[in-house]
Amino acid sequence: MGAPKKTPEVSGGSMADISFLMLIFFLMVSTMDKEEGISRRLPVMPPPDMKVEDQKVNRRNIIQVKVNAQDRLFAGNEIMDITQLKNKIKEFMTNPQNDPNLPDKEMTFIEGYGDCLVSKGVISLQNDRGTSYSKYIEVQNELIRAINELRDEWSMANYGRKYSRLNDEQQAIVRKAVPQSISEAEPKDVTKRRR
Amino acid sequence: MSKFVKKGSGDTPSISTASLPDIIFMILMFFMVSVSMRQTDRKVTVSLPGASEIAKLERKDLASYIYIGTPTLQYQSLYGTESQIQLNDTFRSIEDIRDFIAAERESISEADRQWMTVSIKADENTRMGIITDVKQELRRCSALRIMYGARKVSAY
Repeated sequence: MGAPKKTPEVSGGSMADISFLMLIFFLMVSTMDKEEGISRRLPVMPPPDMKVEDQKVNRRNIIQVKVNAQDRLFAGNEIMDITQLKNKIKEFMTNPQNDPNLPDKEMTFIEGYGDCLVSKGVISLQNDRGTSYSKYIEVQNELIRAINELRDEWSMANYGRKYSRLNDEQQAIVRKAVPQSISEAEPKDVTKRRR
Repeated sequence: MSKFVKKGSGDTPSISTASLPDIIFMILMFFMVSVSMRQTDRKVTVSLPGASEIAKLERKDLASYIYIGTPTLQYQSLYGTESQIQLNDTFRSIEDIRDFIAAERESISEADRQWMTVSIKADENTRMGIITDVKQELRRCSALRIMYGARKVSAY
């Protein structure tokens, strides 16, 4: 017997193959899809024994956006294309000429900012059971886009920066000054069925 | 002769592959942290509609998913080609949503329950009828935070 036996070295050549196998396993079992979408809050369901009372919303403060089963769009009092919707909503929410047919503005005190004119406009979105989901999302998207642009404009005018670049308190102020009041009405058929 | 005569043949030296495992491991680590595990098998085909104003889901662990779409080919003989609702791993009906939401709510810690979000992943060709029913049922279960799954497209 001579010198003590050396333990043989473990070959590292197959390490690459092993890790390749693991890599492929992970690729198979995992998903890459990001969780993104349009975030909304549903209205609270009224208890069944409560009578549905009409909320006293002035006629001028509400804009009806309807999508029928043929995916046609109706907003305000006219049939329109989806590309026109955003500007219609922006005009409705800002009411630049103080038109008596467009929504009222109310002087509201916002903490951290002061008094500010806030539109009382409400967007009411109605759809038919036959409306396609893609159209519905498209309309929702346009409504949110209109509000987001208004928020950007408001924060540009007041803070000189876009909404997304403001800090949390400022964002909260902007959210109060330009509320996102989209109501999803109780479901009912917009178009009469003819069968 | 001089000391610096090159020995051996003039072949190009082979590239050392000793760092290859490390490189692969690095890719592996990247994938492990960046992806989420697939939790359920999709039994319905869902191609999400496009939208430009999308927000990210902040807490993935608080989300429950409702898939709505036409069954995939292998299930069409059983369930037909009408839009179906998939909860967890099975086809379910509107009435089952209540139990599903209750179970999901139970699995979330009490402090986080108010942040529970229901992500509705519906195919873009679905009719709104079934989605309205789902929404009404969610309102009845007071699961009010919802998210319409969409993929990002740039605005025109």
